[in-house]
Amino acid sequence: MSDRLTLITGRTRKQAIGMHKGKASAEYLAATALVEMNPDDMTRLEVSDGGQVLLRMADGEVELTAHAGTVPAGLVFVPMGTMANKLVGTETLGTGMPCFKGLQVDVTPLPGEEVST
Amino acid sequence: MSTTIENVACPFCGCLCDDLKVETEDNEILKVKLACSSGQGIFMDYDPRSRLPLVDGREVEWDEAVAEAASILSAADSPLIYGLSSSASEAQRKAVALADKIGAIIDSTSSVCHGPTGLAMQAVGEPTCTLGEVRDRADLVVFWGCNPDASHLRHFPRFSLTAKGALTPNGRADRVMYVVDVRPTGSSKKADHFFQIEVGSDYEVLSTLRLLVRGGEPSADVVGGVPVAELKELAERMKSCRYGVAFMGMGLTMAPARQLNVAELFTLVAELNDYAKFSVIPMRGHGNVTGADQVLTWTTGYPFAVSFARGYPLFMPGEFTAVDMLARKAADAAVIIASDPGAHFPAAAAAHLESIPTIVFDHGPSVVAAKAKVLFPTAAYGVDAGGTAYRMDNVPIPLKQVISTDRPTDEDILDRIIEAVS
Repeated sequence: MSDRLTLITGRTRKQAIGMHKGKASAEYLAATALVEMNPDDMTRLEVSDGGQVLLRMADGEVELTAHAGTVPAGLVFVPMGTMANKLVGTETLGTGMPCFKGLQVDVTPLPGEEVST
Repeated sequence: MSTTIENVACPFCGCLCDDLKVETEDNEILKVKLACSSGQGIFMDYDPRSRLPLVDGREVEWDEAVAEAASILSAADSPLIYGLSSSASEAQRKAVALADKIGAIIDSTSSVCHGPTGLAMQAVGEPTCTLGEVRDRADLVVFWGCNPDASHLRHFPRFSLTAKGALTPNGRADRVMYVVDVRPTGSSKKADHFFQIEVGSDYEVLSTLRLLVRGGEPSADVVGGVPVAELKELAERMKSCRYGVAFMGMGLTMAPARQLNVAELFTLVAELNDYAKFSVIPMRGHGNVTGADQVLTWTTGYPFAVSFARGYPLFMPGEFTAVDMLARKAADAAVIIASDPGAHFPAAAAAHLESIPTIVFDHGPSVVAAKAKVLFPTAAYGVDAGGTAYRMDNVPIPLKQVISTDRPTDEDILDRIIEAVS
């Protein structure tokens, strides 16, 4: 099962702390290789808290660890950085600014995941 | 015997908190007091040891690295100079001088943060104030599409929410706080009123507020997921406050309507001055990204996306902005100063950067530094080099040197490349 949800990216405290440790550091990867999802969306998609999901767009795809969060249904949040940017395209609509927020992304649980109970 | 240096400015974010106390001993930083968790790493995770520059990953003397950089730039048809935002304004001026000499395109990280804010400012103006005025006077603060609780951790206590000032002696109790965002955040939890709007509805909500401020009646009962009655209450508060300030962030600039969102907010703020004193401050991210805008504007007339290819400055976002230059494969060499587009650009743009020779200035490890043709391990402004940075409200703040170093600054190396390049 997969679903098309709306992706926004942004700053988190842990992403900033991890950045100082280096972008190859375990702290940075732990802080950026994750996606925050609405619990209802996770149940519907049969994604467990801490399970792996695939986010896919026309410009790329990335595997991330899903966490239940406070985002509203239909929205997913990925911390800014190397992981999120595998999904972001280069179209800037004449402004220089790529669309880092409000992207449509297909979210698919990866095999072997158990349904959150 | 340790020494404590007082009133040190943190160069991490646009707050440039200049009240830090840094304890050092034998040229080593032992402790940093008052810095937030994001700022701590600037000082405590920095490795200040001297390093030689690298060419193709091989250590070389500084003269050889400068000669190699000059050779790359002399041979390039369309060099790009990018970054600047964690450097000092003294070095930013040199970067513009280099761009002028070699006919380069120069762009800063503004283009992927508040570039659209600059476009809105050019279109409708920016009624703004300083953070000191916010601390002393503001009784209504509105945070739109930004989350200082994650990005500018001391903004609330130093300037905008709990800070106590001349006319706000009770701090938080003297202020009403609104947050407008598409999701709950640490900032929205602190707000008196949180409007959770639908993704992509900022422009509609802002337009509705403009209508309500003028006394108009929207035809809808709900706009962007917010009941009009609640928007009406905000409009009335905005008109009747003593000193209102709107802070805005990437929620407006990175969403599809980009500069149109920002222009709508700036126009609303300007119109509110018919009723009350009201200002807006963009929440600038990097420590000296505001300085990059300042310096490029003084020297070229434009804040970012400037080309010297014709021998005089031309401004063209979408053409001379770094993501567009790289996506079109229009740059054949790049100078990256104090930023990491390897990590923060869309993957396709970052991939082109890997395919061209890059000359990187960085005081620490980064994605782009790891793949540099020439890497200059320069000093860190605000840690082992002094300089000037501009706070998010365009106030220049001196950055102190708290430990000594053998490392050259970005400015030193840019001077040498300007001298060497043909």
